[in-house]
Amino acid sequence: MRVRVRYFASLRDAAGRDEEQVEAGAGLAALYAALAERHCFTLPRERLRVAVNGEFTAWDAPLAAGDEVVFIPPVSGG
Amino acid sequence: MFALSDQPIDAAALRTRLEHPTAGAVCVFEGVVRDHNEGRAVSALRYEAYAELALREGARLVDEARARWPLLAVACVHRTGDLALGDLAVWVGVAAAHRAAAFEACRFLIDETKVRVPIWKHEAYADGGAPSRWLHP
Repeated sequence: MRVRVRYFASLRDAAGRDEEQVEAGAGLAALYAALAERHCFTLPRERLRVAVNGEFTAWDAPLAAGDEVVFIPPVSGG
Repeated sequence: MFALSDQPIDAAALRTRLEHPTAGAVCVFEGVVRDHNEGRAVSALRYEAYAELALREGARLVDEARARWPLLAVACVHRTGDLALGDLAVWVGVAAAHRAAAFEACRFLIDETKVRVPIWKHEAYADGGAPSRWLHP
């Protein structure tokens, strides 16, 4: 099952791209672990939130093909 | 309303949104780009937002504030893009009949925006040796 991952802030810099299509059969936590290894993300998953299709969701929420996934590093607006 | 803007924030125009005949109190918070952070001289700053979710979460904050305090008007705008020292980064304004609700709701909105809305700050520093970085507190 393929999903679209979009990157923001330090994750985009580390990944070197705004987005990519990836295999995500094992769920969100496994997906972050795989991408962290591939792109050398240094933020542990415990410090991130995750959104699917534009809404915050739980790390164990199910995924469907074509979903848009965003890993959200600690925010720093204001 | 909660909005993102890639153009300079027009505080005077936003202030007119808070006019209301029964408003006895208007409280405004302006967040400004300062010239230092954590002991380093800041030369420039950039904000990036995950816009779809930032607008959705921002609208929820406004709804929560309206549920907790009897507000007559609310306006929040956060900048995105490149900012210079002294620029407005965020503007929060509320109107209420009395000052307690106005102060408390304004404080709630800026505090929650800083911890819940997916917006990130990228700082560049004046001393050449310090690399620019995203802030992930």
